[in-house]
Amino acid sequence: MSSTIALTIIGVAVLFIIGIKLLSSPKTARRGNLVAAAGMLVALLVLHKPGGDYVWSQGWPFNYTLIAIGTVIGLIIGAIGAYSVKMTAMPQMVALFNGLGGGAAALVASLEFYRGAHSFEGITAFIAVAMLFATLIGSLSFSGSIIAYLKLEGKFEKPMTFPGQNVLNGLILLVILGLCGWLTVNDGVDNATTAFIVMFALALFFGIAMVMPIGGADMPVVISLLNSFTGLAVAADGFAINNLAMIVAGTLVGSSGTLLTLLMCKAMNRPVTNVLFGAFGSGGGGGKAGTGDLAGKSVKPIQADEAALLLAYAQRVVVVPGYGMAVAQAQHQVRELSDELGKRGVEVQFAIHPVAGRMPGHMNVLLAEANVPYDQLCEMEAINPTMDRVDVCLVIGANDVVNPAAREEKTSPIYGMPIIEADRCKSVIVMKRSMAAGFAGIENHLFYKDNTRMLFGDAKASLQTLITQLKAS
Amino acid sequence: MDTNVLFIFILAVFVGFEVISKVPSMLHTPLMSGTNAIHGIILFGGILVLADASTHLAQALGFVAVIFGSANVFGGFMVTDRMLQMFKKKK
Repeated sequence: MSSTIALTIIGVAVLFIIGIKLLSSPKTARRGNLVAAAGMLVALLVLHKPGGDYVWSQGWPFNYTLIAIGTVIGLIIGAIGAYSVKMTAMPQMVALFNGLGGGAAALVASLEFYRGAHSFEGITAFIAVAMLFATLIGSLSFSGSIIAYLKLEGKFEKPMTFPGQNVLNGLILLVILGLCGWLTVNDGVDNATTAFIVMFALALFFGIAMVMPIGGADMPVVISLLNSFTGLAVAADGFAINNLAMIVAGTLVGSSGTLLTLLMCKAMNRPVTNVLFGAFGSGGGGGKAGTGDLAGKSVKPIQADEAALLLAYAQRVVVVPGYGMAVAQAQHQVRELSDELGKRGVEVQFAIHPVAGRMPGHMNVLLAEANVPYDQLCEMEAINPTMDRVDVCLVIGANDVVNPAAREEKTSPIYGMPIIEADRCKSVIVMKRSMAAGFAGIENHLFYKDNTRMLFGDAKASLQTLITQLKAS
Repeated sequence: MDTNVLFIFILAVFVGFEVISKVPSMLHTPLMSGTNAIHGIILFGGILVLADASTHLAQALGFVAVIFGSANVFGGFMVTDRMLQMFKKKK
Protein backbone atom coordinates (compact mmCIF):
# COMPACT_ATOMS: atom_id res chain seq x y z
CA MET A 1 0.00 0.00 0.00
CA SER A 2 1.56 3.25 -1.11
CA SER A 3 1.74 6.12 1.33
CA THR A 4 -0.65 8.20 -0.79
CA ILE A 5 -3.30 5.53 -0.34
CA ALA A 6 -2.50 5.21 3.35
CA LEU A 7 -2.90 8.96 3.81
CA THR A 8 -6.15 8.94 1.87
CA ILE A 9 -7.48 6.16 4.11
CA ILE A 10 -6.70 8.32 7.12
CA GLY A 11 -8.72 11.07 5.46
CA VAL A 12 -11.57 8.60 4.91
CA ALA A 13 -11.52 7.62 8.59
CA VAL A 14 -11.65 11.30 9.57
CA LEU A 15 -14.59 11.88 7.21
CA PHE A 16 -16.51 8.98 8.80
CA ILE A 17 -15.81 10.24 12.33
CA ILE A 18 -16.78 13.82 11.47
CA GLY A 19 -19.85 12.48 9.68
CA ILE A 20 -21.05 10.59 12.76
CA LYS A 21 -20.20 13.60 14.92
CA LEU A 22 -22.26 15.96 12.73
CA LEU A 23 -25.10 13.43 12.75
CA SER A 24 -25.43 14.00 16.48
CA SER A 25 -26.78 17.54 16.24
CA PRO A 26 -30.08 18.40 14.52
CA LYS A 27 -28.59 21.42 12.75
CA THR A 28 -25.72 19.56 11.14
CA ALA A 29 -27.14 16.06 10.86
CA ARG A 30 -27.92 16.17 7.17
CA ARG A 31 -24.47 17.49 6.35
CA GLY A 32 -23.01 14.72 8.53
CA ASN A 33 -24.69 12.09 6.42
CA LEU A 34 -23.29 13.66 3.25
CA VAL A 35 -19.79 13.89 4.77
CA ALA A 36 -19.91 10.16 5.56
CA ALA A 37 -21.13 9.46 2.01
CA ALA A 38 -18.22 11.52 0.65
CA GLY A 39 -15.87 9.42 2.77
CA MET A 40 -17.35 6.33 1.14
CA LEU A 41 -16.75 7.72 -2.35
CA VAL A 42 -13.12 8.57 -1.59
CA ALA A 43 -12.57 5.09 -0.14
CA LEU A 44 -13.96 3.60 -3.36
CA LEU A 45 -11.59 5.65 -5.50
CA VAL A 46 -8.50 4.42 -3.65
CA LEU A 47 -9.71 0.82 -3.26
CA HIS A 48 -6.78 -1.58 -3.30
CA LYS A 49 -6.55 -5.35 -3.35
CA PRO A 50 -5.43 -7.33 -0.32
CA GLY A 51 -2.00 -7.69 -1.96
CA GLY A 52 -1.71 -3.93 -2.38
CA ASP A 53 -2.60 -3.59 -6.10
CA TYR A 54 -4.79 -0.69 -7.01
CA VAL A 55 -8.18 -2.09 -8.05
CA TRP A 56 -8.97 0.38 -10.80
CA SER A 57 -5.76 -0.15 -12.78
CA GLN A 58 -6.20 -3.84 -13.57
CA GLY A 59 -7.79 -3.56 -16.99
CA TRP A 60 -11.39 -4.65 -17.31
CA PRO A 61 -11.86 -8.40 -16.89
CA PHE A 62 -15.35 -9.94 -17.01
CA ASN A 63 -15.62 -9.86 -13.22
CA TYR A 64 -15.56 -6.07 -13.36
CA THR A 65 -18.63 -6.11 -15.58
CA LEU A 66 -20.31 -8.24 -12.92
CA ILE A 67 -19.24 -5.73 -10.27
CA ALA A 68 -20.74 -2.86 -12.28
CA ILE A 69 -24.00 -4.71 -12.92
CA GLY A 70 -24.30 -5.81 -9.28
CA THR A 71 -23.62 -2.31 -7.99
CA VAL A 72 -26.25 -0.81 -10.28
CA ILE A 73 -28.83 -3.43 -9.26
CA GLY A 74 -28.08 -2.71 -5.59
CA LEU A 75 -28.32 1.03 -6.26
CA ILE A 76 -31.74 0.60 -7.84
CA ILE A 77 -33.00 -1.63 -5.01
CA GLY A 78 -31.63 0.82 -2.43
CA ALA A 79 -33.11 3.87 -4.16
CA ILE A 80 -36.53 2.29 -4.57
CA GLY A 81 -36.51 1.18 -0.93
CA ALA A 82 -35.28 4.52 0.38
CA TYR A 83 -37.66 6.73 -1.58
CA SER A 84 -40.80 4.61 -1.58
CA VAL A 85 -40.90 3.70 2.09
CA LYS A 86 -43.46 5.49 4.24
CA MET A 87 -42.03 7.43 7.15
CA THR A 88 -43.91 5.14 9.55
CA ALA A 89 -42.15 2.12 8.07
CA MET A 90 -38.67 3.60 8.41
CA PRO A 91 -37.51 1.18 11.13
CA GLN A 92 -38.29 -1.80 8.87
CA MET A 93 -36.29 -0.27 6.05
CA VAL A 94 -33.26 0.23 8.27
CA ALA A 95 -33.61 -3.38 9.42
CA LEU A 96 -33.70 -4.57 5.83
CA PHE A 97 -30.67 -2.58 4.69
CA ASN A 98 -28.82 -3.77 7.77
CA GLY A 99 -29.71 -7.38 6.96
CA LEU A 100 -28.37 -6.99 3.43
CA GLY A 101 -25.13 -5.57 4.81
CA GLY A 102 -24.84 -8.52 7.18
CA GLY A 103 -25.50 -10.96 4.35
CA ALA A 104 -22.83 -9.30 2.23
CA ALA A 105 -20.36 -9.46 5.13
CA ALA A 106 -21.04 -13.18 5.58
CA LEU A 107 -20.65 -13.87 1.83
CA VAL A 108 -17.38 -11.93 1.59
CA ALA A 109 -15.93 -13.84 4.52
CA SER A 110 -17.17 -17.16 3.13
CA LEU A 111 -15.60 -16.50 -0.26
CA GLU A 112 -12.30 -15.59 1.31
CA PHE A 113 -12.47 -18.73 3.39
CA TYR A 114 -13.41 -20.81 0.37
CA ARG A 115 -10.44 -19.45 -1.53
CA GLY A 116 -8.17 -20.06 1.44
CA ALA A 117 -9.41 -23.63 1.75
CA HIS A 118 -8.36 -24.35 -1.83
CA SER A 119 -5.08 -22.53 -2.28
CA PHE A 120 -4.16 -23.04 1.26
CA GLU A 121 -1.31 -20.80 2.21
CA GLY A 122 -0.78 -17.68 4.18
CA ILE A 123 -3.92 -17.85 6.30
CA THR A 124 -2.95 -17.28 9.89
CA ALA A 125 -5.11 -18.43 12.75
CA PHE A 126 -5.95 -14.78 13.39
CA ILE A 127 -7.25 -14.28 9.84
CA ALA A 128 -9.19 -17.55 10.03
CA VAL A 129 -10.86 -16.40 13.24
CA ALA A 130 -11.72 -13.06 11.63
CA MET A 131 -13.31 -14.82 8.64
CA LEU A 132 -15.30 -17.21 10.82
CA PHE A 133 -16.41 -14.36 13.06
CA ALA A 134 -17.57 -12.31 10.06
CA THR A 135 -19.45 -15.30 8.64
CA LEU A 136 -21.14 -16.12 11.93
CA ILE A 137 -22.09 -12.56 12.91
CA GLY A 138 -22.92 -11.48 9.37
CA SER A 139 -25.30 -14.35 8.69
CA LEU A 140 -27.08 -14.13 12.02
CA SER A 141 -27.46 -10.39 11.44
CA PHE A 142 -28.93 -11.18 8.01
CA SER A 143 -31.56 -13.66 9.20
CA GLY A 144 -32.21 -11.78 12.46
CA SER A 145 -32.82 -8.51 10.60
CA ILE A 146 -35.28 -10.18 8.26
CA ILE A 147 -37.24 -11.54 11.22
CA ALA A 148 -37.13 -8.07 12.81
CA TYR A 149 -38.40 -6.63 9.53
CA LEU A 150 -41.27 -9.13 9.41
CA LYS A 151 -42.16 -8.50 13.05
CA LEU A 152 -42.35 -4.75 12.44
CA GLU A 153 -44.51 -5.44 9.40
CA GLY A 154 -46.91 -7.09 11.82
CA LYS A 155 -46.11 -10.72 10.98
CA PHE A 156 -45.71 -12.93 14.07
CA GLU A 157 -45.33 -9.84 16.20
CA LYS A 158 -45.93 -11.78 19.41
CA PRO A 159 -42.91 -13.32 21.06
CA MET A 160 -42.56 -17.01 20.25
CA THR A 161 -41.43 -18.92 23.25
CA PHE A 162 -41.27 -22.45 24.48
CA PRO A 163 -39.74 -23.99 27.60
CA GLY A 164 -36.02 -24.51 27.39
CA GLN A 165 -35.67 -22.10 24.50
CA ASN A 166 -32.70 -20.24 25.92
CA VAL A 167 -31.05 -23.57 26.66
CA LEU A 168 -31.63 -24.78 23.09
CA ASN A 169 -30.31 -21.51 21.66
CA GLY A 170 -27.31 -21.79 23.94
CA LEU A 171 -26.65 -25.31 22.66
CA ILE A 172 -26.88 -24.18 19.02
CA LEU A 173 -24.43 -21.40 19.77
CA LEU A 174 -22.08 -23.90 21.42
CA VAL A 175 -22.19 -26.14 18.34
CA ILE A 176 -21.47 -23.12 16.11
CA LEU A 177 -18.54 -22.06 18.27
CA GLY A 178 -17.28 -25.64 18.37
CA LEU A 179 -17.36 -25.81 14.56
CA CYS A 180 -15.56 -22.46 14.36
CA GLY A 181 -12.90 -23.71 16.74
CA TRP A 182 -12.48 -26.91 14.73
CA LEU A 183 -12.28 -24.94 11.48
CA THR A 184 -9.63 -22.59 12.84
CA VAL A 185 -7.39 -25.53 13.58
CA ASN A 186 -8.33 -27.68 10.62
CA ASP A 187 -9.17 -25.37 7.75
CA GLY A 188 -7.93 -26.59 4.42
CA VAL A 189 -8.73 -30.24 5.14
CA ASP A 190 -11.21 -32.08 2.93
CA ASN A 191 -14.37 -31.75 4.96
CA ALA A 192 -13.67 -28.17 6.04
CA THR A 193 -16.08 -26.91 3.38
CA THR A 194 -18.87 -29.13 4.70
CA ALA A 195 -18.24 -28.02 8.26
CA PHE A 196 -18.22 -24.44 7.04
CA ILE A 197 -21.58 -24.81 5.29
CA VAL A 198 -23.10 -26.41 8.39
CA MET A 199 -21.74 -23.55 10.47
CA PHE A 200 -23.19 -20.99 8.04
CA ALA A 201 -26.63 -22.66 8.09
CA LEU A 202 -26.66 -22.90 11.89
CA ALA A 203 -25.69 -19.22 12.17
CA LEU A 204 -28.60 -18.28 9.90
CA PHE A 205 -30.90 -20.41 12.03
CA PHE A 206 -29.50 -18.91 15.21
CA GLY A 207 -30.34 -15.40 13.97
CA ILE A 208 -33.96 -16.47 13.56
CA ALA A 209 -34.06 -18.32 16.89
CA MET A 210 -32.55 -15.31 18.65
CA VAL A 211 -35.10 -12.76 17.40
CA MET A 212 -38.28 -14.91 17.35
CA PRO A 213 -38.81 -14.88 21.14
CA ILE A 214 -38.51 -11.08 21.31
CA GLY A 215 -41.71 -9.02 21.09
CA GLY A 216 -42.37 -6.49 18.34
CA ALA A 217 -42.02 -3.62 20.80
CA ASP A 218 -38.39 -4.47 21.44
CA MET A 219 -37.40 -4.57 17.77
CA PRO A 220 -35.68 -1.15 17.90
CA VAL A 221 -33.21 -2.52 20.41
CA VAL A 222 -32.75 -5.64 18.32
CA ILE A 223 -32.17 -3.66 15.12
CA SER A 224 -29.68 -1.41 16.85
CA LEU A 225 -27.86 -4.45 18.21
CA LEU A 226 -27.84 -6.20 14.82
CA ASN A 227 -26.62 -2.95 13.25
CA SER A 228 -23.61 -2.96 15.53
CA PHE A 229 -23.15 -6.70 14.82
CA THR A 230 -22.99 -6.02 11.10
CA GLY A 231 -20.45 -3.27 11.80
CA LEU A 232 -18.25 -5.75 13.68
CA ALA A 233 -18.64 -8.35 10.92
CA VAL A 234 -17.52 -5.75 8.38
CA ALA A 235 -14.52 -4.88 10.56
CA ALA A 236 -13.62 -8.58 10.76
CA ASP A 237 -13.89 -8.78 6.97
CA GLY A 238 -11.54 -5.80 6.86
CA PHE A 239 -9.01 -7.81 8.86
CA ALA A 240 -9.51 -10.82 6.59
CA ILE A 241 -8.92 -8.95 3.34
CA ASN A 242 -6.52 -6.40 4.76
CA ASN A 243 -8.65 -3.33 4.12
CA LEU A 244 -8.08 -0.56 6.63
CA ALA A 245 -11.09 1.55 5.61
CA MET A 246 -13.40 -1.41 6.28
CA ILE A 247 -11.80 -2.04 9.67
CA VAL A 248 -12.23 1.57 10.75
CA ALA A 249 -15.76 2.02 9.36
CA GLY A 250 -16.97 -1.33 10.71
CA THR A 251 -15.46 -0.76 14.14
CA LEU A 252 -16.93 2.74 14.42
CA VAL A 253 -20.37 1.35 13.64
CA GLY A 254 -19.83 -1.61 15.96
CA SER A 255 -18.90 0.46 18.99
CA SER A 256 -21.28 3.36 18.43
CA GLY A 257 -24.08 0.87 17.72
CA THR A 258 -23.35 -0.99 20.95
CA LEU A 259 -23.51 2.25 22.90
CA LEU A 260 -26.74 3.25 21.15
CA THR A 261 -28.25 -0.14 22.05
CA LEU A 262 -27.31 0.34 25.71
CA LEU A 263 -28.71 3.89 25.70
CA MET A 264 -31.99 2.56 24.35
CA CYS A 265 -32.19 -0.13 27.01
CA LYS A 266 -31.36 2.44 29.64
CA ALA A 267 -34.26 4.60 28.47
CA MET A 268 -36.55 1.63 29.13
CA ASN A 269 -34.76 0.87 32.37
CA ARG A 270 -34.16 -2.72 31.32
CA PRO A 271 -30.85 -4.49 31.13
CA VAL A 272 -30.01 -5.57 27.60
CA THR A 273 -30.00 -9.21 28.71
CA ASN A 274 -33.64 -8.85 29.77
CA VAL A 275 -34.60 -7.58 26.30
CA LEU A 276 -32.78 -10.38 24.52
CA PHE A 277 -33.62 -13.33 26.74
CA GLY A 278 -36.56 -12.15 28.85
CA ALA A 279 -39.43 -12.61 26.34
CA PHE A 280 -40.95 -9.57 27.98
CA GLY A 281 -44.44 -8.54 26.88
CA SER A 282 -45.53 -12.10 26.28
CA GLY A 283 -48.51 -11.43 28.53
CA GLY A 284 -47.74 -14.54 30.57
CA GLY A 285 -46.34 -14.70 34.10
CA GLY A 286 -46.99 -11.83 36.55
CA GLY A 287 -47.39 -9.25 33.82
CA LYS A 288 -50.77 -8.08 35.08
CA ALA A 289 -49.51 -6.64 38.32
CA GLY A 290 -51.60 -3.92 39.84
CA THR A 291 -54.90 -4.63 38.11
CA GLY A 292 -56.41 -5.45 41.49
CA ASP A 293 -56.59 -1.90 42.81
CA LEU A 294 -58.44 -0.79 39.71
CA ALA A 295 -61.48 -2.90 40.55
CA GLY A 296 -64.55 -0.69 40.75
CA LYS A 297 -62.82 2.22 39.07
CA SER A 298 -63.86 3.27 35.62
CA VAL A 299 -62.54 5.57 32.97
CA LYS A 300 -64.29 8.82 32.09
CA PRO A 301 -64.89 9.34 28.40
CA ILE A 302 -65.00 12.78 26.79
CA GLN A 303 -66.58 13.98 23.56
CA ALA A 304 -64.61 15.82 20.91
CA ASP A 305 -66.42 19.16 21.34
CA GLU A 306 -65.70 19.24 25.05
CA ALA A 307 -62.08 18.27 24.43
CA ALA A 308 -61.79 21.08 21.87
CA LEU A 309 -63.03 23.61 24.44
CA LEU A 310 -60.59 22.33 27.03
CA LEU A 311 -57.72 22.76 24.58
CA ALA A 312 -58.86 26.15 23.27
CA TYR A 313 -58.94 27.73 26.72
CA ALA A 314 -55.67 26.24 27.92
CA GLN A 315 -52.52 28.30 28.21
CA ARG A 316 -50.06 25.50 27.87
CA VAL A 317 -50.66 22.20 26.11
CA VAL A 318 -48.24 19.30 25.95
CA VAL A 319 -48.73 16.60 23.33
CA VAL A 320 -47.38 13.12 24.09
CA PRO A 321 -47.29 11.12 20.86
CA GLY A 322 -46.87 7.36 20.79
CA TYR A 323 -46.97 4.45 18.41
CA GLY A 324 -50.74 4.92 18.00
CA MET A 325 -50.06 8.20 16.22
CA ALA A 326 -47.69 6.44 13.84
CA VAL A 327 -50.18 3.67 13.12
CA ALA A 328 -52.98 6.16 12.46
CA GLN A 329 -50.58 8.25 10.30
CA ALA A 330 -51.90 11.19 12.27
CA GLN A 331 -48.74 13.32 12.40
CA HIS A 332 -50.07 15.88 9.89
CA GLN A 333 -53.29 16.32 11.86
CA VAL A 334 -51.24 16.69 15.03
CA ARG A 335 -49.30 19.51 13.41
CA GLU A 336 -52.47 21.15 12.15
CA LEU A 337 -54.00 21.00 15.63
CA SER A 338 -50.85 22.46 17.11
CA ASP A 339 -50.89 25.32 14.54
CA GLU A 340 -54.55 25.99 15.22
CA LEU A 341 -53.89 26.17 18.97
CA GLY A 342 -50.82 28.32 18.34
CA LYS A 343 -53.00 30.85 16.48
CA ARG A 344 -55.12 31.15 19.60
CA GLY A 345 -52.08 31.91 21.70
CA VAL A 346 -51.87 28.48 23.31
CA GLU A 347 -48.31 27.37 23.95
CA VAL A 348 -47.91 23.90 22.44
CA GLN A 349 -45.00 21.58 23.10
CA PHE A 350 -44.36 17.96 22.26
CA ALA A 351 -43.00 15.65 24.92
CA ILE A 352 -40.97 12.93 23.31
CA HIS A 353 -40.24 9.78 25.26
CA PRO A 354 -36.96 8.26 24.07
CA VAL A 355 -38.59 4.92 23.25
CA ALA A 356 -42.00 6.10 22.08
CA GLY A 357 -42.89 4.41 18.82
CA ARG A 358 -40.89 1.63 17.32
CA MET A 359 -37.46 3.23 17.33
CA PRO A 360 -35.78 5.87 19.42
CA GLY A 361 -36.43 9.14 17.69
CA HIS A 362 -39.26 7.60 15.67
CA MET A 363 -41.66 10.31 16.85
CA ASN A 364 -39.19 13.05 15.95
CA VAL A 365 -38.88 11.73 12.44
CA LEU A 366 -42.66 11.54 12.00
CA LEU A 367 -43.28 14.99 13.44
CA ALA A 368 -40.46 16.40 11.35
CA GLU A 369 -42.14 14.91 8.30
CA ALA A 370 -45.26 16.87 9.24
CA ASN A 371 -43.14 20.06 9.52
CA VAL A 372 -43.34 20.41 13.27
CA PRO A 373 -40.34 22.63 14.06
CA TYR A 374 -37.88 20.64 16.13
CA ASP A 375 -37.52 23.37 18.76
CA GLN A 376 -41.10 22.57 19.75
CA LEU A 377 -40.05 18.99 20.56
CA CYS A 378 -38.92 18.49 24.14
CA GLU A 379 -37.08 15.58 25.60
CA MET A 380 -38.56 13.77 28.56
CA GLU A 381 -35.97 14.98 31.08
CA ALA A 382 -36.44 18.59 30.01
CA ILE A 383 -40.22 18.66 30.16
CA ASN A 384 -40.97 16.52 33.22
CA PRO A 385 -40.06 19.18 35.83
CA THR A 386 -42.55 21.56 34.21
CA MET A 387 -45.48 19.16 33.97
CA ASP A 388 -47.29 20.67 37.00
CA ARG A 389 -47.78 23.85 35.03
CA VAL A 390 -49.36 22.16 32.02
CA ASP A 391 -53.08 22.80 31.59
CA VAL A 392 -53.88 20.00 29.17
CA CYS A 393 -51.76 17.01 28.33
CA LEU A 394 -52.89 15.38 25.10
CA VAL A 395 -51.74 11.76 24.93
CA ILE A 396 -52.03 10.47 21.36
CA GLY A 397 -51.65 6.73 21.07
CA ALA A 398 -49.04 6.48 23.82
CA ASN A 399 -49.50 4.06 26.69
CA ASP A 400 -46.65 2.50 28.63
CA VAL A 401 -44.48 5.63 28.39
CA VAL A 402 -47.03 7.60 30.44
CA ASN A 403 -47.97 4.83 32.89
CA PRO A 404 -47.47 6.07 36.45
CA ALA A 405 -47.10 2.45 37.57
CA ALA A 406 -43.47 2.84 36.52
CA ARG A 407 -43.12 5.26 39.41
CA GLU A 408 -45.63 3.94 41.92
CA GLU A 409 -45.84 0.16 41.75
CA LYS A 410 -42.85 -1.83 42.80
CA THR A 411 -44.36 -5.05 41.44
CA SER A 412 -45.03 -3.67 37.96
CA PRO A 413 -42.85 -5.06 35.18
CA ILE A 414 -42.12 -1.52 34.04
CA TYR A 415 -41.28 -0.26 37.54
CA GLY A 416 -38.36 2.15 37.38
CA MET A 417 -38.72 2.97 33.69
CA PRO A 418 -38.53 6.74 33.23
CA ILE A 419 -41.90 8.03 32.02
CA ILE A 420 -43.41 11.30 30.87
CA GLU A 421 -45.28 12.37 33.98
CA ALA A 422 -48.56 13.19 32.28
CA ASP A 423 -50.48 12.40 35.46
CA ARG A 424 -49.10 15.56 37.07
CA CYS A 425 -50.75 17.84 34.51
CA LYS A 426 -53.92 19.71 35.47
CA SER A 427 -55.93 17.64 33.03
CA VAL A 428 -55.17 14.83 30.65
CA ILE A 429 -56.93 13.82 27.44
CA VAL A 430 -56.00 10.36 26.22
CA MET A 431 -56.75 9.55 22.58
CA LYS A 432 -56.96 5.82 22.17
CA ARG A 433 -58.76 3.32 20.02
CA SER A 434 -59.82 1.00 22.82
CA MET A 435 -58.88 0.00 26.33
CA ALA A 436 -56.38 -2.58 25.07
CA ALA A 437 -53.12 -2.74 27.00
CA GLY A 438 -49.86 -1.42 25.61
CA PHE A 439 -46.84 -3.50 24.61
CA ALA A 440 -45.95 -4.23 28.19
CA GLY A 441 -49.36 -5.90 28.56
CA ILE A 442 -50.29 -4.04 31.73
CA GLU A 443 -53.09 -1.73 32.81
CA ASN A 444 -52.40 1.99 32.75
CA HIS A 445 -53.40 3.77 35.95
CA LEU A 446 -53.25 7.11 34.20
CA PHE A 447 -56.50 6.28 32.42
CA TYR A 448 -58.30 5.90 35.76
CA LYS A 449 -57.08 9.12 37.39
CA ASP A 450 -59.64 11.77 38.31
CA ASN A 451 -58.13 14.37 35.99
CA THR A 452 -58.02 12.04 32.97
CA ARG A 453 -60.60 11.90 30.17
CA MET A 454 -60.59 9.31 27.40
CA LEU A 455 -61.30 10.31 23.81
CA PHE A 456 -61.94 7.00 22.08
CA GLY A 457 -61.57 6.49 18.35
CA ASP A 458 -58.99 6.52 15.58
CA ALA A 459 -56.43 9.24 16.36
CA LYS A 460 -56.58 10.70 12.87
CA ALA A 461 -60.37 10.99 12.83
CA SER A 462 -60.51 12.35 16.39
CA LEU A 463 -57.87 14.96 15.62
CA GLN A 464 -59.72 15.99 12.48
CA THR A 465 -62.88 16.53 14.54
CA LEU A 466 -60.93 18.56 17.10
CA ILE A 467 -59.47 20.76 14.36
CA THR A 468 -62.89 21.35 12.80
CA GLN A 469 -64.35 22.22 16.20
CA LEU A 470 -61.52 24.64 16.94
CA LYS A 471 -61.85 26.35 13.57
CA ALA A 472 -65.60 26.71 14.00
CA SER A 473 -65.53 28.19 17.51
CA MET B 1 -0.56 -9.94 11.24
CA ASP B 2 0.83 -6.62 12.17
CA THR B 3 -0.16 -5.11 15.47
CA ASN B 4 -0.63 -1.65 13.95
CA VAL B 5 -3.96 -2.79 12.56
CA LEU B 6 -5.05 -4.05 15.95
CA PHE B 7 -3.97 -0.74 17.44
CA ILE B 8 -6.15 1.15 14.95
CA PHE B 9 -9.04 -1.20 15.75
CA ILE B 10 -8.81 -0.50 19.49
CA LEU B 11 -8.66 3.26 18.92
CA ALA B 12 -11.67 3.08 16.61
CA VAL B 13 -13.64 1.28 19.32
CA PHE B 14 -13.10 4.18 21.69
CA VAL B 15 -13.74 6.84 19.07
CA GLY B 16 -17.04 5.12 18.23
CA PHE B 17 -18.10 5.26 21.87
CA GLU B 18 -17.01 8.86 22.39
CA VAL B 19 -18.40 10.33 19.24
CA ILE B 20 -22.03 9.44 19.90
CA SER B 21 -22.14 9.74 23.67
CA LYS B 22 -23.86 13.13 23.47
CA VAL B 23 -26.57 12.42 20.91
CA PRO B 24 -30.08 13.67 21.73
CA SER B 25 -32.59 10.83 21.52
CA MET B 26 -34.46 12.61 18.72
CA LEU B 27 -31.55 11.77 16.46
CA HIS B 28 -31.25 8.11 17.42
CA THR B 29 -33.15 6.82 14.41
CA PRO B 30 -31.23 8.90 11.84
CA LEU B 31 -28.01 8.02 13.60
CA MET B 32 -28.77 4.32 13.49
CA SER B 33 -29.66 4.69 9.85
CA GLY B 34 -26.51 6.71 9.12
CA THR B 35 -24.18 4.25 10.79
CA ASN B 36 -26.09 1.49 8.99
CA ALA B 37 -25.07 3.17 5.73
CA ILE B 38 -21.44 3.41 6.85
CA HIS B 39 -21.17 -0.35 7.29
CA GLY B 40 -22.32 -0.49 3.68
CA ILE B 41 -18.59 -0.18 3.02
CA ILE B 42 -18.91 -3.96 2.85
CA LEU B 43 -19.67 -3.26 -0.83
CA PHE B 44 -15.92 -2.85 -1.26
CA GLY B 45 -15.38 -6.24 0.31
CA GLY B 46 -17.80 -7.61 -2.25
CA ILE B 47 -16.00 -5.82 -5.08
CA LEU B 48 -12.63 -7.18 -3.94
CA VAL B 49 -13.76 -10.81 -3.69
CA LEU B 50 -15.68 -10.63 -6.95
CA ALA B 51 -12.70 -9.04 -8.73
CA ASP B 52 -10.60 -12.06 -7.81
CA ALA B 53 -13.30 -14.72 -8.18
CA SER B 54 -12.09 -17.63 -10.27
CA THR B 55 -14.96 -20.13 -10.15
CA HIS B 56 -18.59 -19.78 -11.16
CA LEU B 57 -19.68 -20.36 -7.57
CA ALA B 58 -17.39 -17.60 -6.33
CA GLN B 59 -18.61 -15.29 -9.07
CA ALA B 60 -22.25 -15.97 -8.24
CA LEU B 61 -21.81 -15.47 -4.50
CA GLY B 62 -19.60 -12.42 -5.03
CA PHE B 63 -22.23 -10.97 -7.34
CA VAL B 64 -24.89 -11.40 -4.63
CA ALA B 65 -22.52 -9.83 -2.08
CA VAL B 66 -22.03 -6.80 -4.35
CA ILE B 67 -25.80 -6.37 -4.82
CA PHE B 68 -26.41 -6.64 -1.07
CA GLY B 69 -23.56 -4.29 -0.20
CA SER B 70 -24.57 -1.79 -2.85
CA ALA B 71 -28.20 -1.75 -1.64
CA ASN B 72 -26.92 -1.29 1.91
CA VAL B 73 -24.66 1.65 1.13
CA PHE B 74 -26.80 3.55 -1.38
CA GLY B 75 -30.13 2.80 0.27
CA GLY B 76 -28.66 3.60 3.68
CA PHE B 77 -27.38 7.05 2.77
CA MET B 78 -30.49 7.91 0.77
CA VAL B 79 -32.94 6.86 3.46
CA THR B 80 -30.96 8.78 6.08
CA ASP B 81 -30.91 11.87 3.91
CA ARG B 82 -34.63 11.57 3.36
CA MET B 83 -35.21 11.42 7.10
CA LEU B 84 -32.91 14.34 7.89
CA GLN B 85 -34.24 16.50 5.11
CA MET B 86 -37.33 16.83 7.25
CA PHE B 87 -35.59 18.27 10.29
CA LYS B 88 -36.27 21.90 9.54
CA LYS B 89 -36.42 24.92 11.75
CA LYS B 90 -39.55 27.02 12.03
CA LYS B 91 -40.08 29.02 8.85
